[in-house]
Amino acid sequence: MTGSAGQAGFPPQSLEMSPMNLSLFKTSLLAVAATLACSAQAADLKIGVAEALSGGAAQYGAAIRNGFQLAAEQINAAGGVNGNKIQLVIEDEQGKKEEAINVFKKLVFQDKVLMIFGPTLSNSAQAANPIAQASKTVVFGTSNTADGITSIGDYVFRNSVTEADVLPETLKMAIKKGNIKKVAVLYGNDDVFTKSGYDNFKKALADLNLPVTTTETFAKGDVDFKAQLTKIKAGNPDAIVLSALIAEGGPIMVQARQLGLNIPFIGGNGMNSVKVFDLAKDKSDGLYVGSPWSIENQTETNRKFVVAYTAKYKMAPDQFAAQAYDGLHIATQALKTVKLSGNLAADRTALRDALPAVKWTGATGAFQFRRASDKAGKPAGYDAQQAAIVSVTQAGRFVIQK
Amino acid sequence: MLEQQLVNALSLGSVYALFALGFTLIFGVLGVVNLSHGAVFMVGAYAALQVINHFGFPLWAGLLFAFLVCGLLGLAIDFLVLKPLRARGAPHLIPMIATIGVGIAINSAMQGIFGAENLRFPAGTVSEESLTLGGLHLTALELGIVLLSFVLMGALMLSLKRTQLGRAMRAIAESPKAAYLLGINVEGLFYLTSFAAAGLGGLAGVLIGLYSNALFPLMGQPMLHKGIAVIILGGLGDVRGAMLGGLFLGLAEVLSIAYIGSDMRDAVAFGFLFLVLLLRPKGLFGSLQERKV
Repeated sequence: MTGSAGQAGFPPQSLEMSPMNLSLFKTSLLAVAATLACSAQAADLKIGVAEALSGGAAQYGAAIRNGFQLAAEQINAAGGVNGNKIQLVIEDEQGKKEEAINVFKKLVFQDKVLMIFGPTLSNSAQAANPIAQASKTVVFGTSNTADGITSIGDYVFRNSVTEADVLPETLKMAIKKGNIKKVAVLYGNDDVFTKSGYDNFKKALADLNLPVTTTETFAKGDVDFKAQLTKIKAGNPDAIVLSALIAEGGPIMVQARQLGLNIPFIGGNGMNSVKVFDLAKDKSDGLYVGSPWSIENQTETNRKFVVAYTAKYKMAPDQFAAQAYDGLHIATQALKTVKLSGNLAADRTALRDALPAVKWTGATGAFQFRRASDKAGKPAGYDAQQAAIVSVTQAGRFVIQK
Repeated sequence: MLEQQLVNALSLGSVYALFALGFTLIFGVLGVVNLSHGAVFMVGAYAALQVINHFGFPLWAGLLFAFLVCGLLGLAIDFLVLKPLRARGAPHLIPMIATIGVGIAINSAMQGIFGAENLRFPAGTVSEESLTLGGLHLTALELGIVLLSFVLMGALMLSLKRTQLGRAMRAIAESPKAAYLLGINVEGLFYLTSFAAAGLGGLAGVLIGLYSNALFPLMGQPMLHKGIAVIILGGLGDVRGAMLGGLFLGLAEVLSIAYIGSDMRDAVAFGFLFLVLLLRPKGLFGSLQERKV
């Protein structure tokens, strides 16, 4: 037995570290440390992405994540930002306020990202953006369209055009093309996004002096809208103004046509998706939508984006993917002008100072920032300044109206 | 307009009833408020969508497939979750809470597999054109849902009343212990009920998915909330009650939209429900209270 231990070559003394072994150990430690320092120098630019990848808003969050990943892939393949690669740290904020707060804290304090993209919903942005503001880290929303997000502070940016800017354009175009004299309004009243869309429509309708025959509501997850539509039909409007997400908006269009209600729809931001053709099929004609992005917009940049996105994900992009794609490009433009010092706080602030000057023409067209103000009227964060494209659906396509 | 709204109420009420039938059956026999029924309902819609999309199944085969898939899912839920709780004599609230977890797990799994985006059945699975009868619009599908919910209610009631199986089920509902002592295969009937109730949930998922034209992983949740209201209104565990409760809720919702305003829909509909329960705490057909005494 004793002999066998020796034969196996495990003499007990080899467990103690001889002086030579110790120095070897030290050297290797040094080497490891040096490697680590090196990789920190040719640094990856860590950028946080906090989007709703599960839960009710996941279909938007997933498109947004795809947009970021496509942009990061292309930017890195083209040599990165001044030689540094972009590394996305993607977290799921589940479309919930509490989760968004948790994820923001993780990205800011634990992952030590340069900036954060997200969150998906305006609700979550209201809750989580103050964390980024307080830690002087840029938060850049690509899908938050509600009022008041950028009044949180001067580290809050977004390239999503607010509905307050888009909806009046959509209404004017629809009125001009469809000879519309009076409208009925239908909206989801249990969702901040569709409710805020309704508020903006209401204001725009008042500004345009357009009579409203009736205002009806529905709730998320409803499957039947015929009671509201029957009532709308009785008022005999020329068009229906619709602030809905696509899950309800598609069925609403189908059921309206089934009731013999063949008038145009004027949709908010939630209706601007090619999904409407999947959901409403042959009953999808006659929907006006306005948006900074249209899949039919034939600019060189947009065409390349649509082709690359479709090739990578085997499905057509939507507005949210396009805005995320442009968002990362906009941040990249700012990063190119920043000389990174390695001091995280200084770099975060330098990035913030570089962002407002960025002008970029991407998939969503010419873009620049516009200073927003806070509730007291003092300058705060930055909103998007971008022209809207109004389209109408015809035989399964968005046709741009001019 | 009123005539059209009554037609709308009938079809919406039948949609609620269709969902509530399976939901109330499982309570009637197992005594469990199965909160995973909404998730099972969604699985049914997705199961039929898959075979119709990928294998070109006709609608009837899709319905059959959904019934089987959901039936097996219901069986699995019973075997893996409800049975161990029964065996330990867990009080009523425990299986209910457990089924919330089952529902969340199924919803998340489906979201992981099929994604969160909205899907729909291919155009032409069922005719979408309206039949116009004397100025009233009604689609063939709505007509089908109305008829099917009545037929299913009738079939369930008959089989519970007249067949040996139904008598055994009612005996179990009265007291599982006494039924066991009488030589009834209690566990077997629990399985059968779970299978049938979940299968019915799957059927409802397909038909309501066809009706709404929007399938998404959380589609069962709002339906579940309405379903709870319907079966409480009708009397927990009563098949006739589920049908009438569904029609009542549909009518209350549609009429409050038509005459009071859609903003007040849920307030009016659930206000009515509250009133009914004040007058008849056991629901329209409930026998729950008497059984306990």
